[in-house]
Amino acid sequence: MSRILLLQGNQAVVEGAIAAGVKFFGGYPITPSTEVAESLAERLPLVGGKFIQMEDEIASMGAIIGASLTGKKVMTATSGPGFSLKQELIGYACMAEVPMVIVNVQRVGPSTGQPTSPSQGDIMQARWGTHGDHWLIALTPASVPECFDLTLRAYALSEKYRVPVILLMDEVIGHMRERIELPDNYDEIPQAERKQPTCPPEEFKAYATDESLVPAMPAFGSGYRWHVTGLVHDETGFPKGTPAATKEAADRQYHKLYDNLEDIVQVENYRMEDAEYAVVAFGGGARTAYEAVDRARKEGLKVGLVRPITIWPFAEKQMKELADKVKGIMVHELNCGQYVLEVERAVAGKMPVTSYAKYDNEPATPAQLLAEIKKAMAL
Amino acid sequence: MSLKIITERCKGCGICAAFCPKQVLALSEIEKIEAVHEENCIKCGQCEMRCPDYAIFVEK
Amino acid sequence: MSMENLINKYFRPGRLPHIWCPGCGNGVVTGTIVKAIDKLGLEKDNVAVISGIGCSSRASGYLDFNTVHSAHGRALPVATGVKLADPSLKVIVVTGDGDATAIGGNHLIHAARRNIDMTVILYNNSIYGMTGGQYSPMTPQGSKATTAPYATIEPSFDITELVKAAGATFVARGTTFHAQILADLIAKGIEHKGFSLIEAVSGCPISFGRQNKIGGPADMMKWQRDHAVMLAAWNKMTDEQRAGKFPIGVLYENNDRKEYTEAYDELIARAQGGNK
Repeated sequence: MSRILLLQGNQAVVEGAIAAGVKFFGGYPITPSTEVAESLAERLPLVGGKFIQMEDEIASMGAIIGASLTGKKVMTATSGPGFSLKQELIGYACMAEVPMVIVNVQRVGPSTGQPTSPSQGDIMQARWGTHGDHWLIALTPASVPECFDLTLRAYALSEKYRVPVILLMDEVIGHMRERIELPDNYDEIPQAERKQPTCPPEEFKAYATDESLVPAMPAFGSGYRWHVTGLVHDETGFPKGTPAATKEAADRQYHKLYDNLEDIVQVENYRMEDAEYAVVAFGGGARTAYEAVDRARKEGLKVGLVRPITIWPFAEKQMKELADKVKGIMVHELNCGQYVLEVERAVAGKMPVTSYAKYDNEPATPAQLLAEIKKAMAL
Repeated sequence: MSLKIITERCKGCGICAAFCPKQVLALSEIEKIEAVHEENCIKCGQCEMRCPDYAIFVEK
Repeated sequence: MSMENLINKYFRPGRLPHIWCPGCGNGVVTGTIVKAIDKLGLEKDNVAVISGIGCSSRASGYLDFNTVHSAHGRALPVATGVKLADPSLKVIVVTGDGDATAIGGNHLIHAARRNIDMTVILYNNSIYGMTGGQYSPMTPQGSKATTAPYATIEPSFDITELVKAAGATFVARGTTFHAQILADLIAKGIEHKGFSLIEAVSGCPISFGRQNKIGGPADMMKWQRDHAVMLAAWNKMTDEQRAGKFPIGVLYENNDRKEYTEAYDELIARAQGGNK
């Protein structure tokens, strides 16, 4: 049985989190993500979970790291300035391989920027916000139902690969209300499971791996005692600073994700079968693009939409294939041009890549985008 | 023997010798602790209690 | 159990000698923690030791429990997550004066305010040792540091008063000279239901003692011996007699305030009963 609801994107994330089995949320109020915290404050105790409003953004990250170590599925939610504050511990979670989902409902920045205006200015921060080389996953929903689906997927990926997953929302999607059909109860939704050790505790090495390159992760209190550190460590989990250990740790963290791009990277193709020109757009920007593509088609223009659902790792293969297929690409994003840099890199000069960067705090209208597409196609 | 000294852990800080009430302990030439007058040891445990390196134990 | 057996039982095999400098008090404090744990008969599987960054925070790696060496200042948020997510774990936080009271100061007052059940062992060596001797919020005013070449003009925190005011329900202070007393204070703190903090006054001969001409490791311990006063004696002293000295012992205990994770269980029962 299912029910039809009219929900905000932020509320759909909460439903997805409850359905995924989240049992811990540590957060701090910040517009435009606050509804995620408010809803989970109400929902989590009902399923025996814990919500805690921490003293700041950094503490929220610390709390979910700690809770994840006890085997729980965890979440935090924030927006631009808070996302900046969380970055050190996002790096920690990458290094210590602690699963978690971090919701970032982007707003205009830098600094306080515009708290209630839409932006997609954290594309590069999501990838490169913390110091040092690191690898993680970022997903971007473009509708309220997809907020639910991608929250579930975020947990599946986070637990499978032991990596923080960023649910990179924008204010358009977070605050937009749409129809969503949800199951009456979530009991039958498959729960992502963390790999557990098969050896006895005395033989356990915290970061030893099999061919998956993902180490098992027993919960604190399970009888497997292990050490968690942000220092470079070897398979025992204890700090080791040799050149070999340093390189090995980085290589493994890279390969555990980048050897599995088929599993991780999702891209939607909309009206691309016979398209000669592609618009690349995601999140709130993709909503404009669907309509602009439909209008272009009505005018006989062979335009399609390529929508990255996985923002990071970058859809390298898909963009390279696109470069062999179409005559031109336009990247539309609500920032001064971030994702376009990656597309240009992948396309490597095979064809013109134009950028329709909208950074005036309002999403583009379909008419504006269509006009930009026509201009670019005439080039 | 009432004193057990784990020389590889000793960093030669001299705390145990300074607080030994019977002057049992002293630093050697290579700055590791030694029991120079073990016969005077009264097993009070002050050395063990304050050794930062778990390098000296009193066996009772 | 003998001290040697305690070390063998509660320290991870093969990880000694530790990284701390000759005469550093951190080893003494860490030894008193395992003494306290053994005295209370806690199961190793049920103890989580969480540290931040700094010299003292390296202790977590030596101890054979569920351990986290977290980020600078962030031991308490991580510990809060561990404890709230699994209240059956005994949570011990190992931190230093810089880690806990400067970069982690906000977390310290809020963890105390919540009265969440955990025990903070604050290794106070009056200095940032790992980075080579910069002043911390607990460096005594007038001390020299590499970042205070003309001596620090900043007053220092009395952290026991600060966490008491913030809501901690067990506050104590000991020293590495009084190691047996320190072990007993830590045991009492762990046993206490609620937020407890034990300030362990400790010596850093290399980065604090040398700059401030206090002498070597033994001299730093003698300083503790000569300046620490048992609380019972302290209470009988005049302000004049107290000048330059500090009390040790259980400085504050309150068993009337509700502990956070217990209050949370009541909240869950209330929510599930349909009452907001």
